[in-house]
Amino acid sequence: MNKTSTKKVSIFLNGLIKENPVLVLVLGTCPTLAMSTSVISAVAMGISATLVLVCSNIVISLLRNIIPDKVRIPSYIVIIAGFVTMVQMLLHAYLPSLYAMLGVYLALIVVNCIILGRAEMYASKNGVFNSLLDGLGMGLGFTLALFLMATIREVFGNASFAGIKIGFLENYKIAILTQAPGGFFVFGLLIAIVNKIGHNKTVKKKEFSCSGCPSASFCHKNLCEENTLEKEEKQHA
Amino acid sequence: MLKSLIIILMTSVLVNNYVLNKFLGICPFLGVSKKLNQAVGMGLAVIFVMLLATLVTYPIQHYLLDKFNLGYLQTIVFILVIAALVQLVEIILKKYLPSLHRSLGVYLPLITTNCAVLGVTINNITDGYNFIESMTSSLGCGLGFLLAMVLFAGVRSRIENAHIPNAFKGLPSTLIAAAIVSCAFFGFAGIVENLFG
Repeated sequence: MNKTSTKKVSIFLNGLIKENPVLVLVLGTCPTLAMSTSVISAVAMGISATLVLVCSNIVISLLRNIIPDKVRIPSYIVIIAGFVTMVQMLLHAYLPSLYAMLGVYLALIVVNCIILGRAEMYASKNGVFNSLLDGLGMGLGFTLALFLMATIREVFGNASFAGIKIGFLENYKIAILTQAPGGFFVFGLLIAIVNKIGHNKTVKKKEFSCSGCPSASFCHKNLCEENTLEKEEKQHA
Repeated sequence: MLKSLIIILMTSVLVNNYVLNKFLGICPFLGVSKKLNQAVGMGLAVIFVMLLATLVTYPIQHYLLDKFNLGYLQTIVFILVIAALVQLVEIILKKYLPSLHRSLGVYLPLITTNCAVLGVTINNITDGYNFIESMTSSLGCGLGFLLAMVLFAGVRSRIENAHIPNAFKGLPSTLIAAAIVSCAFFGFAGIVENLFG
């Protein structure tokens, strides 16, 4: 394999494993927790988000020299919302049962920080093909993490996999895993495992305050947790 | 009438808590709940923005989108309206009510792309609430967010001092604590039907 294609593969794998958006960067937690109750809804959510991410990355990368710097965030949001609407209409027309299953979380792909984060951090600075690969890698990484979590929750919580019953687990269901507390619990365990494998490197790199959020850079003058705290203290003093 | 409003309010605060049951607004919940005063400030700002967003998006949906058959534009229109609104409110507060801006304003930009705010406005429409019910439900969701933030700030201050395995330090221990708090809220399921039904 020559040098350029190795580089392309590494862009793709970066999002899939090394910087997995959910388990390492801890982004997009809301849909991860909400949609991992069953494997089917998790995969549907993952694919919808991947589709939006790839399309928005391509378009934003194409327009990166045209969009003025000052209005870039609203422009990104409009582009992303446009693709989300397309996915909504497609699912509504061809897969109405999935559309009902994803519910409000489908529209909420707009505010998924993975997508806006990749637009700001990658697509606005890199070429079209690289942005496509990055979007694909990040999107599949998101899908993979969702799938992993949903498998644990569905197999042990509901004794089934993608709707197919698993007979010998039938009497040993841990029903709470499919409920809200189980989501937090399984997600916590998975991140702990990733930390253990990564020898705690990931914890230091990405604390889960706003500083770990890609939106932090454009979230108005870096009004993140620490800054907010400092400002408050100054005002009180 | 009043009874149905109370049911909507109690349901959205306790039973269908946006953070602990519907997983909306997890980022600020995990990020800004380290200190009690920050948690309160963020919670109040979220209530304020939720009420304001519902106040604006309800007429847009019913008198603009529904009337001209533009329902498919809901997502784009709502997110843009909310983002613009939050910016506008921040500018107005800064100029005319600097004291309020000091206490709430710093949190406003963080809420612009918060999924709880967009979620509540869309849910109000899909649930078919009228205007007063929508406002009540938004108030309830905001109060539920505030309640979860305040409770969790207390829990987290305890975790900070505890001895935990290395791999669980930071986010994992916080998430597992959130699971336990969420379990507690689970106990409210069915309470509304029994009390008011």
